[in-house]
Amino acid sequence: MHGRPRKAYKPEEEAASAAKAAKLRALQSQFMSNHHNKIYTKEAVDLSTKLLEINPEAYTAWNYRKLAVEDKLSRIESDPDLIKTILDEELRVVESALSQNFKSYGAWHHRKWVLSKGHSSVGNELQLLNKFQKLDTRNFHAWNYRRFVVELTKRSEQDELKYTDDMIGSDFSNYSAWHNRSVLLSSLLARKADGFLPNKKIPDEYKLVQNAIFTDEDDQSGWFYHLWLLDQTVNVETPLLTSSWPSHGSRISLYAGCSNGSFSKLTTFGSESGYFPLVLNFDQAVGGVSSSTVTIDTELKGNEDLVWEPVSKKNSHVSCVWVARLKYISSEPCFGKEYKVKVKIGNSPGIVSSRGCNFSASYEFVFTAHVHDTVEESSQEGIVSWTDGFDIWDAESKDLNALTTLDRSNAQMDSKWRQEAIAEEIDLFRELPDSKIGKLTLARLLMAKAMISDDAVKGVHYNEILELYKDLMALDSSHYQYYKDVHSVALLRKVTSSTEDLSGHLFRCRNMNNSVCLRLNNLSLSRIASVEKLLFVQMLDLSHNELHSTEGLGGMQLLSCLNLSHNRIRSFSALDSLRHLKQLRVLDVSHNHIGEHSVDTTRYLCSSPLFNSEWTQDEVGRQMPTLVTKYWDAYFVLRDLNLKQLDITGNVIAGDVFSSFVLRVVPKLVWLDGKKLEI
Amino acid sequence: MSDLPPYPPLDPTTYDLIIVGTGVSESILSAAASSSGTSVLHLDPNPFYGSHSASLSLPDLTSFLHSNSLSPPPPPPSDTPDFLSVDLATRSLYSSVEIATFDSSILDERHSRKFNVDLCGPRVLFCADESINLMLKSGSNNYVEFKSVDASFVGDSSGELRSVPDSRAAIFKDKSLGLMEKKQLMKFFKLVQAHLAAAAASSTESDEGAVKIAEEDMESPFVDFLAKMPLPPKIKSIILYGIAMVDYDQDNVEACGDLLKTREGIARLALYITSIGRFSNALGALIYPIYGQGELPQAFCRRAAVKGCIYVLRMPITALLLDKASELIVVETGGYKGVRLATGQEIFSQKLILDPCITVGSESMSSLTDQQKETLRVLVPKSISSEGKIARGICIIRGSVKADISNALVVYPPKSLFPEQLAAIRVLQLGSGLAVCPADMHVLYFSTVCENDDQGKAALLSAMSTLIKPQVPENLQSDSAVENDTAEAAKPVVLWRALYVQAMVKGEFGGSISSAASPDGNLSYNELVESAVKLYEQLMGSEELFKEETSPDNTTEEENDGGVEIEA
Repeated sequence: MHGRPRKAYKPEEEAASAAKAAKLRALQSQFMSNHHNKIYTKEAVDLSTKLLEINPEAYTAWNYRKLAVEDKLSRIESDPDLIKTILDEELRVVESALSQNFKSYGAWHHRKWVLSKGHSSVGNELQLLNKFQKLDTRNFHAWNYRRFVVELTKRSEQDELKYTDDMIGSDFSNYSAWHNRSVLLSSLLARKADGFLPNKKIPDEYKLVQNAIFTDEDDQSGWFYHLWLLDQTVNVETPLLTSSWPSHGSRISLYAGCSNGSFSKLTTFGSESGYFPLVLNFDQAVGGVSSSTVTIDTELKGNEDLVWEPVSKKNSHVSCVWVARLKYISSEPCFGKEYKVKVKIGNSPGIVSSRGCNFSASYEFVFTAHVHDTVEESSQEGIVSWTDGFDIWDAESKDLNALTTLDRSNAQMDSKWRQEAIAEEIDLFRELPDSKIGKLTLARLLMAKAMISDDAVKGVHYNEILELYKDLMALDSSHYQYYKDVHSVALLRKVTSSTEDLSGHLFRCRNMNNSVCLRLNNLSLSRIASVEKLLFVQMLDLSHNELHSTEGLGGMQLLSCLNLSHNRIRSFSALDSLRHLKQLRVLDVSHNHIGEHSVDTTRYLCSSPLFNSEWTQDEVGRQMPTLVTKYWDAYFVLRDLNLKQLDITGNVIAGDVFSSFVLRVVPKLVWLDGKKLEI
Repeated sequence: MSDLPPYPPLDPTTYDLIIVGTGVSESILSAAASSSGTSVLHLDPNPFYGSHSASLSLPDLTSFLHSNSLSPPPPPPSDTPDFLSVDLATRSLYSSVEIATFDSSILDERHSRKFNVDLCGPRVLFCADESINLMLKSGSNNYVEFKSVDASFVGDSSGELRSVPDSRAAIFKDKSLGLMEKKQLMKFFKLVQAHLAAAAASSTESDEGAVKIAEEDMESPFVDFLAKMPLPPKIKSIILYGIAMVDYDQDNVEACGDLLKTREGIARLALYITSIGRFSNALGALIYPIYGQGELPQAFCRRAAVKGCIYVLRMPITALLLDKASELIVVETGGYKGVRLATGQEIFSQKLILDPCITVGSESMSSLTDQQKETLRVLVPKSISSEGKIARGICIIRGSVKADISNALVVYPPKSLFPEQLAAIRVLQLGSGLAVCPADMHVLYFSTVCENDDQGKAALLSAMSTLIKPQVPENLQSDSAVENDTAEAAKPVVLWRALYVQAMVKGEFGGSISSAASPDGNLSYNELVESAVKLYEQLMGSEELFKEETSPDNTTEEENDGGVEIEA
């Protein structure tokens, strides 16, 4: 029950509770001895009844009863009347236990167990539930059990939906009822039950929840349901391909050999290894991307059995971003030639989202790879500097267009009702400007609108969204970091929403053969987003922001130079996603907080040497176990990178000991903290 | 009445207090006085309990409204030698009584005992009002059971009934309010609640930072305060007439008999808000006693009887007995000695409380001394218009004014039915679930305050024609006049109808002789209870009502099951 103040015990109540405890202990020890000796006589079972009627939380007693019932059932011939008597007794005990405490997990579970034995009293269960749910309308145990009974009795979901109508009608401050409603609707919509089409039902649900929100905007339950509805409106269940590198219709130039990203064109790529990455970016995490679900049709030799890797944490088999490495230099001379590469996705089923939805719309894209024979002799053994020498990017934006335009023609065929629903909500919530949750919801709605509407109107929304989040940061300091993060996401969406916006952040780096650099520095970003539109970036400046982690950057497979100086990174484990960047040569993490905090919560999210013995087989690990143990998080990140230049200065961790450790782990390093290493 | 066997003489013949009439006010006083150890003789000239608050069968109701049967039989011939006897007269509180039967089967034997029709309807109790508190305090709650009034509506001339969004759940479910209106209304309710909470807290501790309505707003007209909130006219009207139950048009300052101040308006909302949810079995703010409002005075009388009060029904009094020799007059009693019963027996008491319809004729007064006139002053009839009138109507209907709803309150705000409508008209529909009528019927009560009989009745007829299908009396009916348009066809049919205008008499303290209040024009008993409490305090000194009843047992009972019996 809710809203009942707790009272201090009176002395006589304390005495009563002490007496109860003594009685309980006596019962308990007697019961335990019965249990251990497997005594299932009537007296012994009655004892457990007594115990449970006083203390329904005695889980062992419930389990004992299950054993006793099994024992009894095994003795009797299948006499239906006898079975019924035995099971009825169990239901009776549960009922009296529930009247003692109707939030007892053990009691509810025991009831489920009895019913799953095929007990025929199922019809009474809904009546019992109605009684309980009237007493405490929000009791989630009862709601949970209700779903179980409904499934067992095959009661229609429409009837249950009607029940939530009634419960919400009598008091809409009921999370359990709203939640059950969302569960039922999801199911009805998913199987397209009679009349349950999203474009018809979702707008009705908005109307319902609007009434709750406008009647009492201080009540949270309606807002939660609204958030769920928004999610239903914006997100399409089936996963979609949002972008790729190389993109459809693009023409890329491939060189042998690498030169610290010193390419003046955006479509140029070079690598010593002779492989280039093929990146697929989905709108949600998917699994099952493989050479059978994605087929490549090309004359480039040696790409018959591609290995697709998810860009995700270790041991995870799902990811938004998947990478395969295509060979473009093989033993046969192939220089100076152009090769068409045709990629077909989803021809055969197998790509499945983490929610269990199939990638259904098969998709195909083509790009041209121009393989050059001239290896650009680069002077690029020099240090890469981020401080000056940046010119405004002057190239025609057409070049860029090809890289950022996403082909989503196959997406959201029924987007009209979604746009209308969101537009209506936006109009409505502009009238609730005085509450924090009203502002937040408006911002989320505008963001949703920007996501599903035409490009032309996006910019305006983003400015409004950014203003709203700024207001919220000022109004509600306890959730500052959340607002900051979503503000960053909105800002990055804005930056990447059009080629005009994006080209404002592109520069040419004079000391680097005029190579192109995306500079997102000094934007007070705390989170990275919109990576799907930045797959082409090879040089990225994120300095002077408020980033805590590089999460998301793993998708930027072409990245060779990254500046993360003057951010708020607290440990190497926060750089975990960089392990996927095989091209990364230059990394600046100077002036962060690495090593400042002895307790690092992010450590628990990634693999730790305590659970992983692979490093002991590793050469470096064998040679210097103390250092590896000390700097294990740095070790796991740096060991997978092929860095030539690293800046670590301005962190607590930096020092001679760490430098000597780095030199061992990253043998190819040329520049450390701005100094050339003597090899 | 004359057929009944004669009463044996009453014994004892001397009491602290004699009360004549068993209306709500008199019954509360008798229960309170008996509980405090006062010896009380409680008489009623009628053969039933309740006087003007009774619930009666249709024939009894008809004869009560028509009769002046309260006028005593001719006084016994001789004056007693010891006392000066002043003959009493009775005036009827009812005028313009008009009763029509449209379906005579309703008066059949099989129906007649199934009706319990209120004289003082429409009337309900708010779960948190003073009458409930008094019942709990006195223990008379043990003798009555209640049921919830299912819904309340605001109506207009179109015939449409819109439910009153009086709670969070009702606002949520309401279909006629816009989203912003819902927000405004709920915001206003929250302000009132915060104000009440702050007011409650400030009596015990400091009210720093608490949300309270400003003191200058409290003194301003409530209607102005609502406009300032700002609430749109539609919602203003719902709050004023559908929740605060205001009578007069608050937007018309000249015509308004009673311009409500914010303080009083907030108090009325507070009553409504605290009534919702006071008892877990009650659906809303309003409850009604099963078997009719007449159960209430009876419950108090039973309580009084338990505490030693003596009851005699069918016993009119014919005369007051006063001291003869003016020099012997005891100042406290003002010369009052007792009463002479219709049986001729003389009964003595310190004090006397009389039914509001008992008066002294001016010719009886002429021979009295000034001192004696002073003693009898409350019995001199005042001009009725100065006290106010209430037009009441009762319709027995077949069908319901709203599908699927049996017990409901409907309010027609001023001007909602016709432009000249001065005051709100309230309508209460009750069904057989409350044991007031046979199963297929409903009883509808109408009332409005009015300046004169014609105006009041015209207003009630207008409300009746909006809710009920008009019907010609049985003797004029012809078979050809059957067809009606469909909207009319859906309306309920009236079987029986009463229209009457009741004079309102306020209670008055007059030293040894006092007059109790008649039922008023309100929906609740609040003002009646208030006046009874005041009269009691004047009679007994400042003694608290039902003091010793507030035992610890009682309070725990109240916590456990809500105190009053409400049938779900």
